[in-house]
Amino acid sequence: MSEELHVVEETPDFCEVDNPVMPYLRQDRIPHIWCPGCGIGTTVNCFARALTDSGLDLDKVAIVSGIGCTGRVAGYMNLDSFHTTHGRPIPFATGLKLARPELKVVVYSGDGDLTAIGGNHFVHAARRNMDLMIVCVNNFTYGMTGGQVAPTTPPGATQTTMPFGNYENPFNLAYLADACGAVYVARWTVYHVKQLAKAMLEGLHKKGFVFIEALAPCPTLYSRRNRLGDGVDQLKYYKEKSVIRNGADTKEVPLGFQGEIVVGKFIDRDRPTWLDSMNAHYTGVFRDRYQPWGGSHGQD
Amino acid sequence: MSDQDGVRKGKGGTVFVRVEVCKGCSFCIDFCPTHCIEFSHGYNKKGYHYPVLARPEECTGCDMCGHYCPDFAIYGIRLKDLEARQAPAPEPLIPTKP
Amino acid sequence: MHADPKGVLTGVHFIDGDHAACEGALAAGCRFVAGYPITPSTEVVERFAARIPQVGGMFIQMEDEIASSIAILGGAWAGQKVMTVTSGPGLSLMMEHVGYAAITETPCVIVDVQRGGPSTGLPTLPAQADMMQVKWGSHGDYEPIALCPNSPQECFDLMVKAFNLAETYRVPVFFMMDEVVGHMTERVVIPPADQIEVVERRWTAKPPAEYLPFEPGPDMVPEMVKAGDGYRIHVTGLTHDERGYPAMNPAAQDRLVRRLSEKIRGNADKLVDVREEGLEDAEIVVVSFGITSRVAHAAVEEARRKGFKVGHLRLIIAWPFPRKRIAELAVRAKAFVVPELNLGQMALEVERAVAGRVPVIPVTHAGGTVHQPGEILARIMEVAR
Repeated sequence: MSEELHVVEETPDFCEVDNPVMPYLRQDRIPHIWCPGCGIGTTVNCFARALTDSGLDLDKVAIVSGIGCTGRVAGYMNLDSFHTTHGRPIPFATGLKLARPELKVVVYSGDGDLTAIGGNHFVHAARRNMDLMIVCVNNFTYGMTGGQVAPTTPPGATQTTMPFGNYENPFNLAYLADACGAVYVARWTVYHVKQLAKAMLEGLHKKGFVFIEALAPCPTLYSRRNRLGDGVDQLKYYKEKSVIRNGADTKEVPLGFQGEIVVGKFIDRDRPTWLDSMNAHYTGVFRDRYQPWGGSHGQD
Repeated sequence: MSDQDGVRKGKGGTVFVRVEVCKGCSFCIDFCPTHCIEFSHGYNKKGYHYPVLARPEECTGCDMCGHYCPDFAIYGIRLKDLEARQAPAPEPLIPTKP
Repeated sequence: MHADPKGVLTGVHFIDGDHAACEGALAAGCRFVAGYPITPSTEVVERFAARIPQVGGMFIQMEDEIASSIAILGGAWAGQKVMTVTSGPGLSLMMEHVGYAAITETPCVIVDVQRGGPSTGLPTLPAQADMMQVKWGSHGDYEPIALCPNSPQECFDLMVKAFNLAETYRVPVFFMMDEVVGHMTERVVIPPADQIEVVERRWTAKPPAEYLPFEPGPDMVPEMVKAGDGYRIHVTGLTHDERGYPAMNPAAQDRLVRRLSEKIRGNADKLVDVREEGLEDAEIVVVSFGITSRVAHAAVEEARRKGFKVGHLRLIIAWPFPRKRIAELAVRAKAFVVPELNLGQMALEVERAVAGRVPVIPVTHAGGTVHQPGEILARIMEVAR
């Protein structure tokens, strides 16, 4: 077997031709803390490629995350990045965006952070159609704290706080986002890297509340405790059991334990963002005495 | 296409691997469309096997490995894009045999 | 530099403390407020919501106080001067983000119009029982600043000072009003903009390659930037180093947390703001703040008329607490009398500063109304004999 390869050692300085994701990473913090086979890094690859293709001014892209394994994404990205409190990246991002509307603000966090403790903020930001892109990495667990049950954990799965199997009903996050008024709702897995990158690219150019759910393995906790193998085994499950149904009714796409996974772009609609509504409304009330707040809403 | 060494023949792509950040998850190996990547015999400093381009003539440079890699340790590139970037390829390292 | 005239409602007004506080914020340059309604503070944001479309800026009523308290921090990192407004129950909800503001050194003003507590308590009636909470309410070691106005005029004037302190020290600054100060209507004079001094945020002049977001200046305060200017900063609530990167080890913790503390403790002398009356020969020192100070003033005057050597020390800045001044006074004084609308909070600080030299007599009140001057006078006379 030929073992010829181009192998580049150690530091970025040695790299003549660099990995296209590298400009987006704080290279002095690589390697990262995520486990072997964790899907979060894969979503970051997709995000990096989406950023490259988007043509956005990266100085104006800000990333906000919460607490948890996915919450660590902000710390690795070479953008204005904010690692906030548990459950609260969305209101922080709201403040960032409304105070300086030319920023493109992406919230990158996990299922527990965004929909358990952060649930209220999720609901209201979607209702208001805040111009934010939410990347929700869903690994069905609270990874950072050791694998506790999350609002997305499928029934029957074992987690540390459901040691005899989960008897709670989980969220169907796509349905939740749709019901709350998100203008773009998509679900992919980290097997679907191309589609995920494309969804992120579309999200970066979409005005309003964008919700992208990315199913990812947690080999150390969710998979191990449920004897589901390692990261590759979860990706093989995603490959085998995923069904692409673009435009599916989000009510019909719940996730069970190792069951069918409906993926696709479910919702892509338009409605005025909160800021657009505010400006339009005040222009109506005050006419030319009103100066609209924030010239643009992004770079699209 | 030049045929200076085995890498430059065949389907026209290659990969670059940052050995020391690989965590041996094997996403790239399992999801390479042409199955041209395998684990090395050797280990990196953390004790993980890392990917090697076992069948370089099969590599198309599609960069699926790069898309999948959670550790940003590998990426693929088409040789014509590589040449277009006008960077000389680094000296290929001969990995140590077991 | 001078205030931006767009936000300054120059003139003579007859308004209540809540309204005056809003005007103070606008005069100080506050252009981003995220709030949530709670009696007796709501009027502050109601007025802001009405004024800001014409002044130019942003108001959003968030879904709860937790969201409000962090939305303003996002607004601060986008470059705005920010404020939120609440009362006791809301302040309790905001506590985590007080700590986040402290460790990320995000300038912000948090107005607490205090009411009876604990819990839902007395929504429409005054108290001063959150004083210790603003100092110790969030977990970990941190040093906030807290100001105590006692009139609608002070709600305007001291609000400008609150914003200036927030920008100077990059800490959360608490504006400790109470239901009476908030809802009392008095004459408020708002001067022309060029007579109002505001402190601008200390923006760095360094280029991105040289700038370290948490590298302290000579006064221990780092220079700041905002998102969107190409600095690619990282801000985290984890213990961090000068680059802002998480550095979770004892050495980094020691360096960071001690500096955050020293930022205020080391500058404590510059942060003394008290009003003194009759302390030159005082044997009894009445220490008060906020609305109680107006009642205490009446009691002190009456005591002096009766021939007692009583002085009055009013705290404008309650945190950091002016320990040195109290300790100085403790040398000559026979006793301290501390009336407050709580069961003894700032009295504990007075006790600590006095260090047992002389008695410290709290004049407690569970809240719901203000003291009668007679209550305070009685305690003064008790200890005077």
